Amino acid sequence: MITLSHYIVLGAVLFCIAVAGMFINRKNVIVLLMSIELMLLAVNMNFVAFSRFLGDVSGQVFVFFILTVAAAEAAIGLAILVLLFRNRSTINIADIDSMKG
Amino acid sequence: MGLSTTILLTIALAPLVGCVLAGFLGKFLGRAGSHKVTILGVAISCALSFYVLYQLTLGGAVEYNQNLYTWFQVGPFNASVGFMVDRLTAMMLVVVSFVSLLVHLYTIGYMSDDPGYKRFFAYISLFTFSMFMLVMSNNFMQLFFGWEAVGLVSYLLIGFWYKRPTAIFANLKAFLVNRVGDFGFLLGIAGVLYFLGTLDYATAFGAAPGLVGKTLQITANTHWDAATVICICLFIGAMGKSAQVPLHVWLPDSMEGPTPISALIHAATMVTAGIFMVARMSPLFELSQSALSFVMVIGATTALFTGLIGIVQNDIKRVIAYSTLSQLGYMTVALGVSAYSGAVYHLMTHAFFKALLFLGAGSVIIAMHHEQDMRYMGGLRKYMPITWITMWIGSLALCGVPFFSGFYSKDAIIEAVGESHRWGSHYAYFCVMAGALVTSLYTFRQMYLTFHGKERFTVVHGSHGHHDDHAVVHHSAHADAAEPSAHDAPHDDHHGSHEPGVLEHAPKESPWVVTLPLILLAIPSLLIGFFTVGPMLFGNWFGKAIHVEEGDNVLAELGREFHGSFSMALHGFSLIGPFGLVLLAFIIQTYIYLFNPAMAGKIKSALKPLWTVLDRKYWVDNIYFAIFARGGVALGRGFWKVGEQGAIDGAMVNGSVSVIHRIAATARRLQSGYLYHYAFAMILGLILLMGGYWIVDSGFAGPGMAGQ
Repeated sequence: MITLSHYIVLGAVLFCIAVAGMFINRKNVIVLLMSIELMLLAVNMNFVAFSRFLGDVSGQVFVFFILTVAAAEAAIGLAILVLLFRNRSTINIADIDSMKG
Repeated sequence: MGLSTTILLTIALAPLVGCVLAGFLGKFLGRAGSHKVTILGVAISCALSFYVLYQLTLGGAVEYNQNLYTWFQVGPFNASVGFMVDRLTAMMLVVVSFVSLLVHLYTIGYMSDDPGYKRFFAYISLFTFSMFMLVMSNNFMQLFFGWEAVGLVSYLLIGFWYKRPTAIFANLKAFLVNRVGDFGFLLGIAGVLYFLGTLDYATAFGAAPGLVGKTLQITANTHWDAATVICICLFIGAMGKSAQVPLHVWLPDSMEGPTPISALIHAATMVTAGIFMVARMSPLFELSQSALSFVMVIGATTALFTGLIGIVQNDIKRVIAYSTLSQLGYMTVALGVSAYSGAVYHLMTHAFFKALLFLGAGSVIIAMHHEQDMRYMGGLRKYMPITWITMWIGSLALCGVPFFSGFYSKDAIIEAVGESHRWGSHYAYFCVMAGALVTSLYTFRQMYLTFHGKERFTVVHGSHGHHDDHAVVHHSAHADAAEPSAHDAPHDDHHGSHEPGVLEHAPKESPWVVTLPLILLAIPSLLIGFFTVGPMLFGNWFGKAIHVEEGDNVLAELGREFHGSFSMALHGFSLIGPFGLVLLAFIIQTYIYLFNPAMAGKIKSALKPLWTVLDRKYWVDNIYFAIFARGGVALGRGFWKVGEQGAIDGAMVNGSVSVIHRIAATARRLQSGYLYHYAFAMILGLILLMGGYWIVDSGFAGPGMAGQ
């Protein structure tokens, strides 16, 4: 029997993978963007699970919004990435530290 | 019948009006206009002062004591402006306004080519106003106002030629030394207010006997007699203003100012303010024998030891300056033996003959084209007979030759000191007797060096004969401080416009505006003593203005032997006494300077160590300079290094900066610039926030949450 807990745990695991992807990854901005997407998906999983469990459809409607925003965000993120690569000839995160104090 | 308030106000305010007009509107009035308004103002004051004196002496007017205006009020203390005019004040008014008027007149001649002409007239009128406020005051507050105002004007006038470094040094010195005295004076006034609760003369003097037995406790074991403390503090003020040892150092340097103010301020009037003040405070001083002994010892020391310095001076004005110090010492001694009338009487006669001597010296200086060194004078009597005769009158009065005014006052002081049994009176008697010899020594030396003997200057008829007015050298030359010799000869007034002792024109008698004041001052120097000694010294003329305890009234004892001024003068010819010393000095100096000029140099080299001590003025100036000036600089440097640079700059300003800098350096390490660090911080923050919220929430509603 798959209960709500399983879905929530799945969401949490996805979220943790995303966070780990953010922190462990030192090389690639694309992986970073992918981690953010994964994080959003974890959130979506929670939304869907609660929506089903509570019998409220609005949660699933929000998932569609989030997916739309995530798509737009991915597009903008990749565009920034392209520009970044043009300017700095690298997408290595370790090199992008101009905010260092 | 009383005195009219309007008249008294006019006396005080007329010079102020003159000062404001000349000072602020001088541009519109012009030079002649400026001296006219100021002279008119002082002339009005002078005429009314004589009228007031007449009213009080012969007109039967009662003394005036009234508050005119409330300046401010603090609790029960009421600072008011008011006048107290009794015979003591009236005498001071006449002396001040008369000398001031003549000095105003004299200034027309002396300063005629000075660019600061209008400013000078504004200053001396302001001085006259301040002096009137000082002597007419009916309370300590106004006295202090006048006291400080005359000090200020003295400062402005010593530094009148403000481009000369020596003048600026001298006026700063005068100001600082006077501050030392004023500090004591202010403490004395504070003591009066503390113990007597009022600053009004009449009330304070009325309550003064209540001071007996009261003590001032500073620490647990000190019980100082209140009257003694107050009187000594007040007298310290007088020591500053009247240039008594050890605060005398400013007066000789004040000769850097123009000669008219040396006559008016630094000889005749302002420096006697201290004497006047102590005489006015006689009801207080009579309460303390110790304070009077202190006054007497200080005065006696001043009288003798500053006079000795005068013997070795070569600058004609400095000789008279040291003579002034010495005579002020005589007045102070008289105060110290409770002969207040004698002190004030000597103040009056001294004002006339010392102003005369200074103005005469100024006349000589004009004739010598601003040469002040007596070594380059000599034989001037045939060039300037009026100056010569009038200065001899002044000198004989100064020496105390019988029948001259100075004799009556000085002889009375010496006799009074001899009569006194107060502690220290033997020392004082020795000092004033020796002082009589010393006075005559420097006076005759000065007169012989200046007017007699061979001419020690040469007259070179210069090629540029553009001087149409020989009598007055162009002062514009010494307003120019860039002249080198003004720096290398700080004591003498060479101005570097010519070689010492070389004149472009033969000296000649000064114009009438200079000689008229000399003649007008010579008359009282000669005669005033003869006519006034009886009532003023022995006749209780001052009435209630001066209070002397019965047992100490030395003048009354002398008065019993007084049989008219003529017999007093005849008695004064006795060789055992001051006149013998005058005669001795006369013989010595006549022999040295008229018949055997080489002798002076021989004596000088024979007494080389003594001469050095006197020439160096007992090193008092050097000691003060080493201790106070250098000490002050060192203290300032210490505060600057430790306080300013160390504490304020180092610890507070730069310290706070460096602390922030260090905190920022630590905090900056957090800003790695790596995106994942920021993201991690955000996540961590989120977790902490939510975790904290959860803990708090479960703490309040734990069972509810646990139920889910």
